[in-house]
Amino acid sequence: MKRKFSAVNFFMYAALTVAALSFIYPFIWMIGASLSPEHEIGKMTLFPKNPTLNNFKSMFEKIPIGRSLFNSLFVAIISTSLVMITGSMVGYALAKMKFRGRQLIFFVIVFTMSLPFQVTLIPNYITMVNLRWVDTFLALIVPFSVNAFAILMFRQAFQGLPQALIDAARLDGCNELQIVFRILWPNIKPTLVTIAILTFIGCWNEVLWPLIVIRDEKLMTMPQLVTLFSVGGRADSQLGVKIAAAVLLALPVMIAFLFLQKHFIQSMASTGMKD
Amino acid sequence: MNIALAHTNKKNRFQKRKWLPYLLVSPYIIFVAVFVLFPVIFSFILTFHKWNIIAPMKFIGVDNYTRLFQDRLFWISILNTLKFLLLHIPLQLAVALFLAVLLNQKIKAVSFFRASFFMPVIVSGVVVTILWQQLLGYDSGIINRLVTAMGISKVGWLVNPDVAIYSIAVMATWKNVGLYIILFLVGLQTVPTQYYEAAKLEGATKWQQFYHITLPMINPTIFMVVILSTIGGFSLFIEPYIMTGGGPLNKTLSAVLYIYKQAFQYYNMGYSATLGFFYAFMIMLVVVIQKRVIEKEV
Repeated sequence: MKRKFSAVNFFMYAALTVAALSFIYPFIWMIGASLSPEHEIGKMTLFPKNPTLNNFKSMFEKIPIGRSLFNSLFVAIISTSLVMITGSMVGYALAKMKFRGRQLIFFVIVFTMSLPFQVTLIPNYITMVNLRWVDTFLALIVPFSVNAFAILMFRQAFQGLPQALIDAARLDGCNELQIVFRILWPNIKPTLVTIAILTFIGCWNEVLWPLIVIRDEKLMTMPQLVTLFSVGGRADSQLGVKIAAAVLLALPVMIAFLFLQKHFIQSMASTGMKD
Repeated sequence: MNIALAHTNKKNRFQKRKWLPYLLVSPYIIFVAVFVLFPVIFSFILTFHKWNIIAPMKFIGVDNYTRLFQDRLFWISILNTLKFLLLHIPLQLAVALFLAVLLNQKIKAVSFFRASFFMPVIVSGVVVTILWQQLLGYDSGIINRLVTAMGISKVGWLVNPDVAIYSIAVMATWKNVGLYIILFLVGLQTVPTQYYEAAKLEGATKWQQFYHITLPMINPTIFMVVILSTIGGFSLFIEPYIMTGGGPLNKTLSAVLYIYKQAFQYYNMGYSATLGFFYAFMIMLVVVIQKRVIEKEV
């Protein structure tokens, strides 16, 4: 059955297309501009007439952007792994074990999630100073190694699994950690993907905290380095270089998104499902 | 004797079991103690002190609090943040709901549209800010070109003190709206189609269906979107930090940016902690009020 082409339909597609263009156009322009010579950027054309890699070249000369890419990846991967491990341990205990204080811990988790970070920002910085973690990766990793939201998601996922699965594993002589990581993990793959994506993106895009605890350019994460580069005079008010830095910062996430689109969208949608 | 041994074994195992859950939750307990509980207490103590990190702390009573209430710049930053929210929240709700309703019709290429709306959500705020700085440029920015093409004179999107904070609000909406579109889509799909069929039989127009069926059914989603964008909006920082540095005339100085500057530019740790404490209290108050209003309406 073919649907009738109506005015309403036309309006819907027109509105969606205009909206989609307004979301895509800036990104395409950004990539075009990063490949343009300086004097062409002001023209705001989508495709450069005389494409050049000069912007990228001078960016690599001015700031250790390659190094920062490695730093960001390293920090995000380690933090994400730790969040998955600690999150499933705590989530498992909360979901499948009975012990005194369980309710209290659950309450504390929910409460800390609603605590604005502005309260803890400065004392946490001071903790980093006292531990002598300023200008080390520890400052970027440890405070992000446990995540209340991940714990709650793991708890929920484990609650949905039958107790028989755990009992059978115990009879087979598995210890609790083996149960969590060998027996239960394969049964909650969608949750694992969701938590991994959310944590990774969160770490990758974090910029306020690195700005505070990292001063050494060699240890900076990519968003931090690009921020300081575009705020400070380092870009010598060269637009092209600034935009090239933005492109390099956006590219890894955009590529990952194109491949894992469905997972990304489902994961992000679950952030709203807290209650 | 065998029986006695078996008994002690069992007791040992039982005691091990008793400890086990605490062992498993210990990462969280340590984390909360170090990164939440201690900071909250320490922050509270700091609010009664003057401290620049290097010199020893000096007790100054409630001076930080009296200073806070007389600090014009702090209240300007609060006002700026509220102005930002005033445009950001309704705009985000309206755009997200509108596009979600369109996507929820039987439309082709849904995944293309969804993906394009979602792109800015996953990209760093740093990228979005650098990008929009160009789009909003006075002379060559694409938006001023569109504006002049329509016969209106150029607007100083980021240089006009009365406009800048609203430009940032529009940009923030552009960045986040994709997430809320998805949340609304999930909400819209929970509305049973029988409701619409029944309404159609009664002769209800599309608009009536939307107003009397869709809106009440997705109320929970609307409230969630309001609360999430309130909390997100209150932490506005990186956009003004990169784009305007808080200018022109401090009209885009957000509260978090001001708290950050007090701590890490002027090294007024005690005062900054006081601002942070007060601000967090304010956020919680606003969210609690929102929740109350919501619960009443449902």
